[in-house]
Amino acid sequence: MIEIRFHGRGGQGTVVASKILADALTRDGKYIQAFPEFGVERRGAPVAAFARISDTKIWPRHKIYEPDHIVILDPTLIGAVPLLDGLKPGGWILVNTKKKPSELGFPEQYRVATVDATRIALKYRLGSAASPIVNTAMVGAFARVIPVVKLETLLDAIEEGVPIKPKENRAAAQEAYNSVIMEG
Amino acid sequence: MKRMAIVGNHALSYGALLSRVQVIAAYPITPQTQVVELLSEMCADGTLKAEFVKVESEHSAMAAVMGASASGARAFTATSSQGLALMHEVLHWVTGARLPVVMGNINRAFGPPWSIWTEQTDSLSQRDTGWMQIYAQDNQEVLDSVILAYKVSEQLLLPTMVVLDAFFLSHTSEPVEIPDQEKVDEFLPPYENKYILNPDAPHAFGGLTNPEWYMELRYKIHKAHEEALDLIEKEGREFEKMFGRYYGLVDPYKVDDAETVLVAVSTAASTARHAVDLLREKGKKVGLLRIRVFRPFPYAKIKEILSNARKVIVLDRNLSPGAGGIIASEVRGALANLRNHPPVLSYIMGLGGRDITTKHIMELFEEAEKMEEGKDIIWKGVKL
Repeated sequence: MIEIRFHGRGGQGTVVASKILADALTRDGKYIQAFPEFGVERRGAPVAAFARISDTKIWPRHKIYEPDHIVILDPTLIGAVPLLDGLKPGGWILVNTKKKPSELGFPEQYRVATVDATRIALKYRLGSAASPIVNTAMVGAFARVIPVVKLETLLDAIEEGVPIKPKENRAAAQEAYNSVIMEG
Repeated sequence: MKRMAIVGNHALSYGALLSRVQVIAAYPITPQTQVVELLSEMCADGTLKAEFVKVESEHSAMAAVMGASASGARAFTATSSQGLALMHEVLHWVTGARLPVVMGNINRAFGPPWSIWTEQTDSLSQRDTGWMQIYAQDNQEVLDSVILAYKVSEQLLLPTMVVLDAFFLSHTSEPVEIPDQEKVDEFLPPYENKYILNPDAPHAFGGLTNPEWYMELRYKIHKAHEEALDLIEKEGREFEKMFGRYYGLVDPYKVDDAETVLVAVSTAASTARHAVDLLREKGKKVGLLRIRVFRPFPYAKIKEILSNARKVIVLDRNLSPGAGGIIASEVRGALANLRNHPPVLSYIMGLGGRDITTKHIMELFEEAEKMEEGKDIIWKGVKL
């Protein structure tokens, strides 16, 4: 079983990202639980979402305190929220940023991947210029870094699962998949 | 059959859709809102041919489905917490009128202070209304239980509440097999009741009943609950033949040689199953008894399974202030007439949606190892 924690801000589509992942993994015949941090969401406030992925039925049903990997949808959360809490050594940290993995200064025990999802979201006009929606680009990058789901399945799940701009979201995920930088 | 990732709330909606409900009346409340949203969309676009009645409160919602059921329609509603409490008066009426209404209840703690998170006190405090109560541990079970509930309710003329945890099920996306409509139709025939409100064949319903006969009607309600104990298991097996999944009154896990058995409901029981597996790997003789059906209360099954244990732990995510854990009190009651019954350790934890983790449950088993006698109440994790 793989446990993943997503960190973002209200309005970036963090919860939808975990739902799209749930849909894609379900299509691939896997087991998944995807759930938001249960609270009252406000735009711009830090939010979290969780996913458990397995080949067999998943029994534990509580929040994830010791994730195998984390995904950070907003680089301004670094230093503002205890993102690495409980992250297992050797785990991936996937960050939406223009920077290279080595420039982020994360502890050496982790593997780091970066993707400029904000640029990609702006390019495909996802969300607004002031608040781009980076979720589909981030799950595209995710599929490359943590290969638990087939890219084609994920792209189909995105195209059928997003409320608007299905083709653009699909293209954003594909571009993020191709352009993610992985170190470690 | 289609496999889809859906949240627990939508599993309720799909259960109602596949049961071909004819009347829905509901009032939105967090965390139940998605149930009603999807059903209203299904009614609006014609996927579900049902009358969707908008109401101004939960009391009216339950009154509307009561009227619909009395006129011979298959009726559905869903609510949570304060909404369920507001329905309380009508819940009793539905049972007394012997109407097979099915509802979903998303467990949510009562205010004040305001909370939107899970706790079983809302549904358990409707314990004595005469509604059957099913507690699901995953979204598949939520969907399947709605179909099963209509099947049993309509044979016995008793209402059923299908209960699920706020967020841990209601807002969690996971794979669910959506059964084919034709197969559900084969399993669940249309609702027929010869005692309906019909202007062409007038009858009197629910009129003043003197002390000579009231007690007999209550007796018949109780007898119907006793019949449900067998019928739920019988229909569970029929369901398994068609859909490959079995649901009974209780769900025992590794209890045969278990020295300590933990009793729990809902998602806490699902987590407990993981804890039991981890402790078994360490050679600990532990087991789990998930109570799926709380009303009718499966006394015989519980006595049979727990009589072999050396110790019993009951995990209650609910509280009857002044008494303690509601499920623990029922379990102690079930064991009281056994000659040599195991001691019962009653834990209160996870109120107001506080997380219950695998680690917490492993700690309960470890603590129990050191205790030789039962305890009426043990608070887990209180910061005072």
